[in-house]
Amino acid sequence: MSEMDVHKLTGAYAMDALDELERARFEQHLAQCEDCRAEVAELRETAALLAETTAVTPPASLRDSVLAGISQVRPLAPEVPASPTHAARPAARGRGWVPFLVAAALALIVGVGALVTQPWAPSDDAERLTAAEQVLQAPDAEEVSVDLGEAGRATVVRSKAQDRAVITTEDMVSAPSGKDYELWFIEGDEFVSAGLMPDAADQTVVLDGSAAAAAAVGITVEPDGGSEQPTSDPIAVFDLTEST
Amino acid sequence: MDHVRPVPDGAPQGAPSGGDEKRSEAARLADLLRQAALGDEAAFAAFYDATSARAYGLALRVVRNPAHAEEVTQEAYLDAWHSSTRYDAARGSAAGWLMTIVHRKAVDRVRSVEAATARDETWNREAAPTDHDQTAEAVHASLDAARVRGAVATLTDVQRQAVELTYFGGYTHTEVATLLDVPLGTAKTRIRDGLIRLRDLMGVAS
Repeated sequence: MSEMDVHKLTGAYAMDALDELERARFEQHLAQCEDCRAEVAELRETAALLAETTAVTPPASLRDSVLAGISQVRPLAPEVPASPTHAARPAARGRGWVPFLVAAALALIVGVGALVTQPWAPSDDAERLTAAEQVLQAPDAEEVSVDLGEAGRATVVRSKAQDRAVITTEDMVSAPSGKDYELWFIEGDEFVSAGLMPDAADQTVVLDGSAAAAAAVGITVEPDGGSEQPTSDPIAVFDLTEST
Repeated sequence: MDHVRPVPDGAPQGAPSGGDEKRSEAARLADLLRQAALGDEAAFAAFYDATSARAYGLALRVVRNPAHAEEVTQEAYLDAWHSSTRYDAARGSAAGWLMTIVHRKAVDRVRSVEAATARDETWNREAAPTDHDQTAEAVHASLDAARVRGAVATLTDVQRQAVELTYFGGYTHTEVATLLDVPLGTAKTRIRDGLIRLRDLMGVAS
């Protein structure tokens, strides 16, 4: 997608008409494009006016439920500017950095893990390799790549002997705000959660759970924290029956 | 809140223009939301009373099923209460902010229901949108509604169709392109051009 085309997505974005990957990508663009942020704000305001034409009085019970609900929840703490010089910045800019902060925090955790497995003492190869490396270098490793177009590229490698699978991403866009990417083992029409993907463009993640029997691995976009079952169609499916 | 004009009791003096009334209503809603952010449940109740017909009507129009529409509306208000501290009047109206939340939740609901259904059984969505007038009997007559309808009526047929399928149908732009049998670029342009025309006609500015 060219730069010109990206700016034309304001209308579809303002009316929630992008699929999850397009949305994630456009939000990354928004974080850097002042013009698009302004246009999205205006078009959202405009779209909201359409709701004037469909007003319907809700049942009275809804009011009771809403008011009962709010009495049990405190409004979120406000966003406190980090320093006075940041106070005037649009919040969207600040939000754009959150994925990077999360990614940095995760990198730190991974870094610590890697330190622990440093070969201080000589030992055999299997002990020196990280769990991911063991799968990637397994003699029976099977590999399937999916090109997500503008949204990046991801590869799943599975070793049946080790009963493990690993996903490696390149240039993958962050999940949309308020959402996470969740990994699934797919067997027939059963989806078994294999954990959430950390929010980073380039990473290697070992999937949670047993991989030997899976026919495929899928990625879906789920509400923050993940779901027990997918709530949307997968954005990518790695068919392990066709792996090389 | 000294910059907000207080709403006078009773009928306003003279013959105010619709614009002034609109501005004071918008200011009142923004004010209620600010009070809600401080934990004022009565202010939030007043905010609900002033916006719930629009919120529920929108949810109902998108998800169709009244029970689902109630759930969506309730979730949206709980979200609005929870994140009321994040509302910034400088970036848009309180009603617009709320409708954005409602619309997002309604669209998420129709898409997740479809994804679940599509997994359970191979089920094809009915492509044709149902008649708009199904909820007409309950639609509130209002000056704003008439103004919006007037503006929508000036769109070209293809723009109106694209905007309505997107906003009320809850379809993605790719699905809209398929439904209308036009290239994606054409659908994208119709959606954006239609909205921009509405924005200009209704004088929405940030």
